[in-house]
Amino acid sequence: MPSAALLERNRIVARGIRVRVLEHTLKNSGGYLSQACSSAEILATLYGGVMNLAPVPKPLTPRPFAGVPSAGNTNYRLGNEFNGPHQRVSDRFILSPTHYSLILYAALIETGRMDPDGLAEFNRDGSSVEMIGAEHSPGMEVMTGSLGQGLSQGIGMAFGRRLKQEPGKTWLLMSDGEFQIGMVWEAFQFMSHYGMDGIGVYVDVNRQQCDGAMSSVMGLAPLADKLASFGAEVVSVDGHDLAALHDAALTPHAGKPLVVLCETDPCREVPELRNLGGKLHYVRIKNEVERGRYEAILATLGQAVG
Amino acid sequence: MEIHSQVHARNLKKFGEYRPEVVVLTADLSESCETGYFRDTYRDRFITCGVSEQNMMSIAGGLAREGFIPFVHTFGVFIYRRALDQIAMSIAYPNLPVKMFGFLPGIMTPGGATHQAIEDVAVMRALPNMTVLDVGDVTEVESVLDLAVSIDGPVYVRMLRGEIPRLFPATEPMRLDTPRVLATGTDVVVLSSSICTEEALRATAALRAKGVSVGHVHVSTLKPFTLAKVADVVGAAKHGIITMENHTVIGGLGTIVAEQLVELGLRQRLVKLGLQDTFAHGASRRYLAREYRIDAIALVEEVETLLGTRFGITEADLAEVRIEAIHSSAKAEAL
Repeated sequence: MPSAALLERNRIVARGIRVRVLEHTLKNSGGYLSQACSSAEILATLYGGVMNLAPVPKPLTPRPFAGVPSAGNTNYRLGNEFNGPHQRVSDRFILSPTHYSLILYAALIETGRMDPDGLAEFNRDGSSVEMIGAEHSPGMEVMTGSLGQGLSQGIGMAFGRRLKQEPGKTWLLMSDGEFQIGMVWEAFQFMSHYGMDGIGVYVDVNRQQCDGAMSSVMGLAPLADKLASFGAEVVSVDGHDLAALHDAALTPHAGKPLVVLCETDPCREVPELRNLGGKLHYVRIKNEVERGRYEAILATLGQAVG
Repeated sequence: MEIHSQVHARNLKKFGEYRPEVVVLTADLSESCETGYFRDTYRDRFITCGVSEQNMMSIAGGLAREGFIPFVHTFGVFIYRRALDQIAMSIAYPNLPVKMFGFLPGIMTPGGATHQAIEDVAVMRALPNMTVLDVGDVTEVESVLDLAVSIDGPVYVRMLRGEIPRLFPATEPMRLDTPRVLATGTDVVVLSSSICTEEALRATAALRAKGVSVGHVHVSTLKPFTLAKVADVVGAAKHGIITMENHTVIGGLGTIVAEQLVELGLRQRLVKLGLQDTFAHGASRRYLAREYRIDAIALVEEVETLLGTRFGITEADLAEVRIEAIHSSAKAEAL
């Protein structure tokens, strides 16, 4: 069991993520709010004790966009400086569905890795704090967002680190919708064949996708059984239970990748979302009545710390 | 003309010896892509991915991020057709040093449309950061690994396997964006790539014997390609320019030359030999080269048309042409 102090800290981080994303959604009359509701505890847990990341000296300010990578672009920088410098023992983090970028940025602020003012740069022209982030965005170091590619890139990194005999692991946050993609199963097939245990995947099982409820688009059940049959060590937890989320990472998984299926509620602590008829991918605030309801919820959640 | 076999197989093994950061990835075509010697020598750096090219491409990107140089081997079609999004986002966007060896370019296989990479140049050269190489003989197969790893970024190589002729001296390795000027001429200038260069050598020799002044340039770097480097050679052609490629005429060598002719303000007639916006089918290389007109006799016919003459050159005449390794002209080397 994690210490009470750690759980309390992670609880504050998760609350702060929801508050910041809700504030942002109100300010912009729209945002990826349901993803914050479902994944706030997952990101709080990953950044709060699961991942072994080197600290940053002080909360970093996002850099302006410095151009795309090319042989001639010497100014180019990845966004992984927010996760601390690479070390042999340190872990890597890959946010696979970068539609969760806003939530990651909020998590970086809440964990003291990004300056709170950085969020004002979100989706601003010329900023690296992009709406659907890229590898130069805060907290990122690979091109994800074209769904399904994050895992295989992470495997390549983990395989390379295994060849170099580095102990650090690679952690991913994936969404359950990504398991509809063929290459994700190619990736699990590969990890099983090579006995790769340097990878841990937290999956936000919110049962939502862009078109609506997954059950109405393309069902996945039984996801846990499928993953187990592909050679993964699978743990299912309540995705809002901070102690369970933390302990899941400690599950022994020698010779296998670890998958933590986090059963989540995409309307968690923002019940107004239940009135959207299941269309949760991108929340738009359409009128003052709705705005008033979200503002009332924000008041109950309280102010973000920090 | 010397014919060699297992050229890449031997070269790759040798290369692996002094480049420990090179890892080889395959998708169930290890022997078909001549990786067997490497596999048997460097087991830990040989990564079989099974028939899962999308996963393989993104894994290659991840390995490159950790300092390795992945050499991805499979048939060309399974690289650019099967896994284009993975190449674009996991490899090309981040400008990672992943080197892709696409076997069976154009009509090099009786495997038919599923196995014939006929539009790979068009697709791959459209990707930012991508370098596209197209080897034409043993010397180029031997030197393409050194060239590929010297490039800061991803490289797609149209690779040859099996029995390959040596057209260029072993002492003149392939160089980036350095067209080989094999001959200069004032009537017609031919720009050829891949297996078409051997065909063009037969045709140009026969034409020269008939008194035609034919220039000939072999192109092995399709991106970047700088026509200006051979502008004087190309500009000398009074009757026109002929491109000849083992690829569709849309987006490959012919298109590249056409684009740059216009950019340079050269107003010459251009004839594009290649697959004329068509898929091919399963048959022998010789048969397909004749059917789709990328063989020596097709080039002779096009020169005859440009010059408004018939020379009476037969296929038997072309088969008898003796080809020796040709030094590029000193002038072109100096460019």
